[in-house]
Amino acid sequence: MKKSVIDVQNMSFSFGSLSVLEDVSFNIKEREMIGVVGPNGGGKTTLLRLMLGLLKPDKGSITVLGKSPEKSSHRIGYVPQQRLFDPLFPVSVLDVVMMGRVGKSWGGPFSKDDREFAAQALKDVDLYHKHQTAFADLSGGQRQRTLIARALASSAELLFFDEPTANVDSFAEQNIYNLLRKLNEKLTIIVVSHDVGFVSKYVGSVVCVNRMVHIHPTSEIDGKNIQEIYGTDLAMVRHDHRCSEKGHTWVNF
Amino acid sequence: MGQFLRDLQTYSFLQYALIAGLLTSISCGIIGSYVTVRRITYIAGAIAHCTLGGMGAARFLQKEYAFPVTPLQGAVAAALLAAFLIAMVKHHSSQREDTVLSAIWSIGMAVGIFFISRTGGYNEDLMSYLFGDILMVSQRDLLLIGILDLIIVGVVLVFYNKLISVCFDEEFARISGIRVELFDLLLLLMIALTVVLLVQVVGIVMVVAMLTLPAAGAGLLVTRLWHMMVTAICLCLLCTTGGLAISYQLDFPAGATIIIMAGMVYFFIIALKKKWGKA
Repeated sequence: MKKSVIDVQNMSFSFGSLSVLEDVSFNIKEREMIGVVGPNGGGKTTLLRLMLGLLKPDKGSITVLGKSPEKSSHRIGYVPQQRLFDPLFPVSVLDVVMMGRVGKSWGGPFSKDDREFAAQALKDVDLYHKHQTAFADLSGGQRQRTLIARALASSAELLFFDEPTANVDSFAEQNIYNLLRKLNEKLTIIVVSHDVGFVSKYVGSVVCVNRMVHIHPTSEIDGKNIQEIYGTDLAMVRHDHRCSEKGHTWVNF
Repeated sequence: MGQFLRDLQTYSFLQYALIAGLLTSISCGIIGSYVTVRRITYIAGAIAHCTLGGMGAARFLQKEYAFPVTPLQGAVAAALLAAFLIAMVKHHSSQREDTVLSAIWSIGMAVGIFFISRTGGYNEDLMSYLFGDILMVSQRDLLLIGILDLIIVGVVLVFYNKLISVCFDEEFARISGIRVELFDLLLLLMIALTVVLLVQVVGIVMVVAMLTLPAAGAGLLVTRLWHMMVTAICLCLLCTTGGLAISYQLDFPAGATIIIMAGMVYFFIIALKKKWGKA
């Protein structure tokens, strides 16, 4: 029996009066690789931020590694979208990876341990030869791998990816997913992506975050609409999950 | 240049001015780099202008009621208060940040002008606050400048890694357990102290140029934050010392000369990069 790492129970969240997620319940076990998919604006990123403790649910509970998300967040390796970074920021690849270690001490210089963890993380993503290069001079795929190394350097038990293949070419995309598969041998991985077709080739299970239909009961979104939103993608997600029209809520698996 | 070097050996006011320039360059290069990479020049601008309120009030109390406060101490208090307010608004209020910054910016100045108008005697102080007067730096000012410098260098040495993390990726820093609000406040307080130092040298109005131009120029030459800081310190030294010498020799206003030099250095680096680099 695998240990449960993330447990969400009847959780709801809204921005002001705009309900984003409603009555969400699901459970993720250790060393699973989960894809979180859904249309843009469907609440994927919100869910990720809730699990990271950056947002608090209005109702229900989230437990990460047996504790509240804020208490566990330092055990999560978060890999944000690489396009969010300032290309003028003066940091080397190693500087960025070392940031994974910064939360481990009260201050002062990095220890020998910190350096070893960072070097190992860079070797894991096959980028050690670039450690002195400026972060800004890397390709999209290399930047993404640097951010993965930063998450690994923090000796995380869980890895969260936000659109890991946005802004990278298809070769780099392939590389990143192969890397994820390798990392998944030891770590639990959650990948948020709008690209259902691609994710479903790699992950074990898919969590569907539906666009909320609650707030506009009469108008835009009906069954036909949902079919349009998910239609083509759904055809590619073949296995072990159900994405029903019942719900603007989560579909559990 | 001969006159400047000769007088430097004789006049203590010129020696103080030179030392003030040197000491200020250290914190200016370090904090200027943070301000530049974090893109918060406008915050530095608001804090700088707000110091006029503190200086005006302190001068008023000193002149009219013989309170033992100097305008420089008043500036420190106003700048730290402004930094606190900005940090509070940033993290704990739903007000628009730029609105609050504009309020701090202009209310600070208004308070300063109010007090200066109520203070007897000549109002020439106003000009030196606005445009700087490095030749008026006293021995006591130098001591305070030195202490503020030590604080800034000390804090940055200890918390360099935390600060770079917060500046580069606030969200990741928060997730890794860094108290982002605390380090953001710390950075703002250090910006406030640096602003006070720079007000002495180039005046309230031109502080922002001194914080950004050398650091931005340095940023074009190097690719790591601490390299940027060291390079920016060197560029600041060049501008303050060179600007002081030229202004003294040719009887130009010192603050303005320093800023024009900083501007020229910045554009020179851009031109160099265009020609030889891949900028």
